[in-house]
Amino acid sequence: MIRINAKNVDFYYGSFHALKGISMEVEANTSVAFIGPSGCGKSTFLRLINRMNDLIPGTRMEGQILVDERDIYSKAEKVDQLRKSVGMVFQKANPFPKSIFENVAYGLRVNGITDQSYIEETVIKTLKQVVLWDEVKDKLKELAFALFGGQQQRLCIARALAISPSILLMDEPTSALDPISTGKIEDLIHELKKEYTIVIVTHNMQQAARVSDRTGYFYLGELIEYDDTRKIFTNLDKESTQNYITGRFG
Amino acid sequence: MTPVQKLGNVDAKKRTSQKIAFGFFSFLSYSVVAILFVILGFIIIQGASVISWDFLTKAPEDGMTAGGIFSAIVGTVYLVIGSSLVSFPIGIMSGIYMNEYATNGKVIRFIRVMTNNLSGVPSVVFGLFGIALFVNTMGFGDSIIAGSLTLGLLSLPLIIRTTEEALKSIDDSFRHGSLALGATQLQTIRKVILPMAFPNIITGLILSIGRISGETAPILFTVAAYFLPQLPTSIFDQCMVLPYHLYVISTSGTDIEAFRGMAYGTALVLIAIVLIVNLLANALRSYFANKVKMN
Repeated sequence: MIRINAKNVDFYYGSFHALKGISMEVEANTSVAFIGPSGCGKSTFLRLINRMNDLIPGTRMEGQILVDERDIYSKAEKVDQLRKSVGMVFQKANPFPKSIFENVAYGLRVNGITDQSYIEETVIKTLKQVVLWDEVKDKLKELAFALFGGQQQRLCIARALAISPSILLMDEPTSALDPISTGKIEDLIHELKKEYTIVIVTHNMQQAARVSDRTGYFYLGELIEYDDTRKIFTNLDKESTQNYITGRFG
Repeated sequence: MTPVQKLGNVDAKKRTSQKIAFGFFSFLSYSVVAILFVILGFIIIQGASVISWDFLTKAPEDGMTAGGIFSAIVGTVYLVIGSSLVSFPIGIMSGIYMNEYATNGKVIRFIRVMTNNLSGVPSVVFGLFGIALFVNTMGFGDSIIAGSLTLGLLSLPLIIRTTEEALKSIDDSFRHGSLALGATQLQTIRKVILPMAFPNIITGLILSIGRISGETAPILFTVAAYFLPQLPTSIFDQCMVLPYHLYVISTSGTDIEAFRGMAYGTALVLIAIVLIVNLLANALRSYFANKVKMN
């Protein structure tokens, strides 16, 4: 089943042509990694999938992006509804200045869920899902800022999962983390892709190789190559991709 | 001289000039504090002797040469409350609009320039405007409501600006985090951004109260009564107000010098009110800062 289907997407920041004719399909319950040098457009494309680029004034998109066959840029599509099914984890962990419990409950509450026992169940379930439960079960009422970086990022993943999205977008989720925390999050991605479709932007080639089923290589706003991760990292038929992956530039 | 010695000399020189510079800076900042204490001390020494329970709780008597200042204290409190009811909601909502909603750069710049201009308008002009619009055109007459509206307008730019600054200091990552969970912009503001910005917004509000309680010119034509020992019974009544009362008893009367003490006493009460309000601001600020963390 095709979960994300981008058709000939162009994107502009003012007059800057940031994405050029991007087309790609992402299968349900797979993980896809976007790689490429800084400024290549991979994060821009990621943020089109939950319409976060709407927040930047002076931007314009052409083409179509379908999520579960719904055109997410059509007039009828409500952006808050889209974001319920397309969750996002940011580069820097950004928990709210609320308790650990309330951070995870937040998405449920803003989407109108008031049943306290359901909220409690879901919070516990998602904290277990991100393997954070044992570390925080005795301090759910404490401020989320008290957690260290890796825990905060797992809390942010839990926060995104609590509202049961079908897609999880991750924008360099481990770039600010130490190797041990990074390893934990990569393990988590392996688990999560059984139930969710994951799109991850990363600057770390090994990470892309470890966590993704398919990899897309972006360069200067174009999708140069998009194929099975194993193929991309072993065959290296396109020179540009090969140069980037082997570290000759970028 | 060897190069090494040369370097050594320069080192000593730059350290000396740093010492002199910072010595001078710290002298200046302590002087400011010292001046504040001198003013406070002067007012306290001159005014403390007239402060008594009666002075605080009795209306003026004998052409304001005796009795207390209770009517003026009450009037000031009413005006602070009245103007806050006007300026807090309008100011906070405008600040939210400017920082969170408005996306058109030109519109924002226009509003900002205009509010900055508004804050540069001399307060006596606000008074004239108040008399034209609220007292005459709207027919409120000299009244608490006319004075409150005038003072409310006066404090709007300060409140809008501090609200905007308070919101601006909140990192966008919190907004994005909330929006990405399907929250609307309003939910994001209400549940995440405002609680975080609240301590700083409160500070702005309280500072505006401090400013309002000391203003004389805008109330001169719109509400302040020269001598009115009875307390007001409705918002359409005039009332006495501390700063204007201070002005009156310092400038009119046959033997001003003889009753100078009362003027200092009034000034002391006015300053005390402003100081108490500022202390309250700090207390509230840290209370809410802690509360945000606990939530």
